[in-house]
Amino acid sequence: MVNKDAIRCEQVWLEVSNYVEGDLDAGLRAAMDAHFLTCAKCRSVLDGMRNVIQLYGDERMIEVPAGFSRRLERRIVQSTKIRSRGWSVWSAWLIPAAAMVLIAGGIRIASSATVPHPLRSEHAQPARNIPSDMIVVVSAGAKDFHRPGCDAIHNKEQERTLTAADAIRQGYVPCVRCLRKYLETTAAGRTDLEREGEFPLEATREDLDRGH
Amino acid sequence: MAEPNMVLNNPGLAATAREQELIAQVQRGRTELFYELVRPYERRVYAAALAILRNDADAEDVAQEAMLKALANIRQFRAEARFSTWLIQITVNEALMRRRRERKGMVESIDEGRDEEGEYAPRDFADWREIPSEELERKEVRLKLAEALASLDRKYREVFMLRDVEHLNIQETAETLGISVASVKTRLLRARLMLRDLLAGGWNQGWFSRLPFEKGTKPW
Repeated sequence: MVNKDAIRCEQVWLEVSNYVEGDLDAGLRAAMDAHFLTCAKCRSVLDGMRNVIQLYGDERMIEVPAGFSRRLERRIVQSTKIRSRGWSVWSAWLIPAAAMVLIAGGIRIASSATVPHPLRSEHAQPARNIPSDMIVVVSAGAKDFHRPGCDAIHNKEQERTLTAADAIRQGYVPCVRCLRKYLETTAAGRTDLEREGEFPLEATREDLDRGH
Repeated sequence: MAEPNMVLNNPGLAATAREQELIAQVQRGRTELFYELVRPYERRVYAAALAILRNDADAEDVAQEAMLKALANIRQFRAEARFSTWLIQITVNEALMRRRRERKGMVESIDEGRDEEGEYAPRDFADWREIPSEELERKEVRLKLAEALASLDRKYREVFMLRDVEHLNIQETAETLGISVASVKTRLLRARLMLRDLLAGGWNQGWFSRLPFEKGTKPW
């Protein structure tokens, strides 16, 4: 028979949370059971704690901002649309786009032989044509933003998703691989870059082969 | 066959079966079903982020990012874990990373991660009456509960949130926060006792005044 005096109130307060969890050995549990039968103070502590757990465990306790669900759904839907397009859609426009780039590049190489142009890096070009609400990803320690799934993303464990407008506002520059089509590159710039070997036309073919 | 009938007669089992089916379909590429999969947990995801960041806008942003990260990594989810726990763990990681980024360069208190020594003694021993859960329909009550939780130190608030609001078990709570099981138990005890005292104090200010308690008694 266990009596109330087998355990002090202070010890009960130390163990009351484990008691509620059912995380006590049988002997201590029996001692506390006996103590609660005769000690109003400790019963108050136990009942109050149970009430706290019950109230906070109720999902109605959680309030979300107005419109939260709608905004979340919209962002998920946007993201899934991008994902579901996948390679098939990429390839659908990349192949003709790459062909056009090759043709245009050839023409510009020919024309640059007579008209000199200043060297321009694609990184320095403003990405004016990128839709501001396009979902892009950035990663810790990198300066570029990318389309989700781009092979050029470094540090993928620490990537985060945001809109292109936010990325530009935060000082990120568009990835010259996955966002190439949006970069405002002059014919002269491309020709000179190719001549400098920074962005050879072969890179486009490689991208295409990789499904990028 | 008994199993289909069991599922039909038990809404909980039916919901779990539906969730498993949705997970499998999303893993096979039907990403358009992802929102249906996470919708039941969106409030809990938001609450987990808010408990860490204490800012509505940041919490919403992190909740969204956590959902997108879960979608991106859905193939890594294994059935031995609960989906809700996995989702909450991703959210907590995102929120902790956000907080670390924003506090980069700021000096944190050396005591921040330590458990306080000494015991916490309850202060209020009034007769206890159970608060009906219907009271949570009242905005005033929800607000007071939220304020009491927000007033706890971060280390107590986070443990309490994961265990008693998000219903992670002790081990999962320890793993999610990167602390020991013993620390979780110590912090949980303190958080529960402190909240009990804080809310008992609220009773004196009358915010449970419309409850049908007997004169002179307190909710706890």
